[in-house]
Amino acid sequence: MVMDYMLSEEEKMMVETAKTIAIEKMKPVREHYDEKEEFPWEIVKEFAQADLCGVYIPEEYGGFGKGIMGLVLVVEELCKVDGAIALSLAATALGTLPILIAGNEEQKKKYLPDIASGKKLAAFGLTEANAGSDATGMITTAVKDGDYYVLNGTKCFITNGGDAETYTIFAKTNPARGARGISCFIVEKGTAGFEFGKKEKKMGIKASSTRELIFNNCRVHKDQLLGKEGHGLMIAQATLDNSRPGVAAQALGIAAGALDEAVDYARKRVQFGQPIASFQGIQHMLADMATEVEAARALLYSSARMIDAGTEKRTSKESAMAKLFCSEVAMKVTTNAVQILGGYGYSREYPVEKMMRDAKITTLYEGTSQIQKNEIALNLIKESAAKAK
Amino acid sequence: MNIIVCVKQVPNTTNVQIDHETGRLKRDGLESIINPFDEYAIEEGVRIKERVGGKVTVITMGPPQAEAVLREAIAKGADEGVLLSDRAFGGADTLATSYALSTAVRFLGNFDIVICGKQASDGDTAQVGPGIAEMLDIPHVAYVKKVESVDDKTVKVERMMEDGYDLIESLLPVLLTVVKEINNPRVASLKGKMASKKAVIKVLDAAAIGADVKKTGLNGSPTQVMKIFTPPQRTGREKFTGEPNKVVVALVKRLSDLSLI
Repeated sequence: MVMDYMLSEEEKMMVETAKTIAIEKMKPVREHYDEKEEFPWEIVKEFAQADLCGVYIPEEYGGFGKGIMGLVLVVEELCKVDGAIALSLAATALGTLPILIAGNEEQKKKYLPDIASGKKLAAFGLTEANAGSDATGMITTAVKDGDYYVLNGTKCFITNGGDAETYTIFAKTNPARGARGISCFIVEKGTAGFEFGKKEKKMGIKASSTRELIFNNCRVHKDQLLGKEGHGLMIAQATLDNSRPGVAAQALGIAAGALDEAVDYARKRVQFGQPIASFQGIQHMLADMATEVEAARALLYSSARMIDAGTEKRTSKESAMAKLFCSEVAMKVTTNAVQILGGYGYSREYPVEKMMRDAKITTLYEGTSQIQKNEIALNLIKESAAKAK
Repeated sequence: MNIIVCVKQVPNTTNVQIDHETGRLKRDGLESIINPFDEYAIEEGVRIKERVGGKVTVITMGPPQAEAVLREAIAKGADEGVLLSDRAFGGADTLATSYALSTAVRFLGNFDIVICGKQASDGDTAQVGPGIAEMLDIPHVAYVKKVESVDDKTVKVERMMEDGYDLIESLLPVLLTVVKEINNPRVASLKGKMASKKAVIKVLDAAAIGADVKKTGLNGSPTQVMKIFTPPQRTGREKFTGEPNKVVVALVKRLSDLSLI
């Protein structure tokens, strides 16, 4: 039985489509991609063919127009089977959101249809070696030169780096102005002076590429500037408000997948002459896991609905809450799934060790759990102060 | 290129109920799916359309609820669905089925390629595809594992054989029956599912396609099921259990006692 979250017929259709792809196409190859650390192009083609790449992109740009909720539902369902392969789609959404949020009509028409159709993937380039939680510490610069901006610097840990075609890159156009001196640009793969650096070797999400982006006198036309000069950090923040539910969905999906594996195993594994699911110690672990997963889902869906409703100007607090809670639940639930499977859980013969490795990233990227708490607390204080006025 | 794909709705289980009086399958209340081999036929039809342009029409013969498989085919890229539904079609064997489907194909007319799955998972006869071709008096190639090329006059295909494959060129119109090696069927897309919900399924009865009801359904079926029975289980088995190394020794001894090795 699943709880009724009042999903529309079209939302159910997206879930069903994602589920079919996850089970029929992803499940048979998930170990291969984890082992080989290859980019899952064959599965990206399946996402594209089934129209999953554009679920959150408006219909006028070739998408399915189902907002952040659409993205969340699809990512959750895919991640129940594999949280790394699905990232090709989820990280593309992160790279695309700046265009959706701040792009002008021409930029949207130029870039969104190819992303919606799955012909091109996107990536988001904010992080640098010394600018993680503190994005203002970035040293990549974009210096105006006639109709062009000249980019110099190196971005690191960029998901889909090298495999994506369309990049939204943040660089300082006015270093003296700090947070207000950052701008956002669309940079296409193949632009002269734009190269890819080293590929990270990671604990988990191995089917996803994580690379350095190197800008060496890379000339980008002023038409590629997103929004206004100096608005980059605001665009990044608005993007993260919208994208964090995507990470939360990845976390939730991994957790839900691990829970299913744990229940299934507990029913079948016999010790002391009976299935281990008959032991109260195991039952209570499973009960906690299931309750946490359901609570995470309820919080996530509510925040995604809130974002899509568009009635609140900012949803930083709610999307931070969803991301914080879902990712911490994912870590707890996958760790307990490994515990329930015991030695087999630790072995690569079963998928839960991979789920545990994949889950960890969700407490780190797009803001660590600690940064989410800062965001939540800051907004609580602001809201209270506003009421006190 | 006008492509017609013939599909069958089959029970989604091997554990089907048999009506012991008539010896036929009890289809009521059973979940139905597209015959798995027909999934490959639909996919190949859609791929040919994507290669050279044209239209894919899917036909099935069955009760009103068989409409579901036509909608599924539309979700996977077919353009139109035609349901042959009439009590007069009921109880058909492969001859009467081939007659009804070929009559419908002729009625729709203007076709270049007819594609069927090589056989249905319930009857397993593999006769209907070739039967339709004979009644339409067109060439057919069974067990196609690859469509190499297709133009407006000919098609070149690979026919799977036990020891390799035959490369066959045929004039159009032609009927092909396909094996599962031919492709990897796509998952229905979101836009396809939306289109399939809105699609209008054409329902035709025997009169509409000009079928002679003496040749359809039970009337047109020389094959009558005399008796359906479950073959008795073989007896005299011997089961070895225990530690693998001991089981192997026991098994080898037993086989050599029987002079089998």
